[in-house]
Amino acid sequence: MLDLHLLLIAMILGAIIAIEVKDLLSSVVALGAVGLILSIVFLILKAPDVAITQLVVEILALIILIRATLNKDLPFSTSGRWLLNTSITVCFIIVLLFVGYKCLQDLPKFGYPIMRVAETYLKEGLPKTGAVNIVASVILDYRAFDTLGEATVLFTAVIGVMAVVRRIGRKKENEEVEEED
Amino acid sequence: MSREHGKGMSLIVKTITRLTVGLILLYGIYILSHGHISPGGGFAGGVIVALSFVHLMLAYGKDVALSKLPKGVTTFFESMGAILFLSIALLGFLTGYFFLNFLSKGKPFTLFSGGIIPLCNIAISLKVGAGLFAIFVALVLLKFDTEKKE
Repeated sequence: MLDLHLLLIAMILGAIIAIEVKDLLSSVVALGAVGLILSIVFLILKAPDVAITQLVVEILALIILIRATLNKDLPFSTSGRWLLNTSITVCFIIVLLFVGYKCLQDLPKFGYPIMRVAETYLKEGLPKTGAVNIVASVILDYRAFDTLGEATVLFTAVIGVMAVVRRIGRKKENEEVEEED
Repeated sequence: MSREHGKGMSLIVKTITRLTVGLILLYGIYILSHGHISPGGGFAGGVIVALSFVHLMLAYGKDVALSKLPKGVTTFFESMGAILFLSIALLGFLTGYFFLNFLSKGKPFTLFSGGIIPLCNIAISLKVGAGLFAIFVALVLLKFDTEKKE
């Protein structure tokens, strides 16, 4: 358990660095380190499927973020309302820690779940679906409806991005701007 | 120096990319086709396949990557993945209910086992890979345009 705690502390440090550092590119790199450590944490918790997915999605998101932030200095305002911001942050952290402590008291011990359904999946997954990987048999057979919903979410996201950044609408706008200039 | 050496990063990056991009694509196909035997699955495999094209685009510039996988083909694959996944689900109605595993289960630990699960993996990987590559292309082209304008 010690290595897990060390990795979690490293993740928190990486997140703090990502917030506090002034350079945008360094911030994105620190965020990538947090995601990489998170995938190692998943690997230690014996969830290799989630670890692989976390790793590859993190890399893709990181590349997109770097492409989007390279050579670009966004304005970063820290002035004003210092007292208000800090007090609100401290209040939220205290409330979060308190509620989290109260909730975690009721949770079952790590590795001893309340719900019996996972046990059923482990016992009957292989004979009923024929897939050796239990995760695949759950997400694509027992809970395939959830996967369909997730696929719909991704489809909607792609359509949204293509609609927002499409070329036709923007070109017209640029031409109008040039004409005004 | 061929036509492909005009744009993009330096010669070292291009050579390394030429050597590794096929391996990355093959690894993605391996991950997605063995999703029911080993860790991985459609989502991770699709993202790795998309990453191989992203790799090509970062090293060689957008023209080479878009000539390998044009934007229309990307959109086609994305829609086709969604339709394939939904039609696999609807085919379950032939013998029972939605998402029924109607194919034979096969022998465990072999590639052709698990009924509809490998087919669903392929459909999801098409959807995820093409969709994420389309998002990346859209954002990168937007960036190029804004850079040109400035």
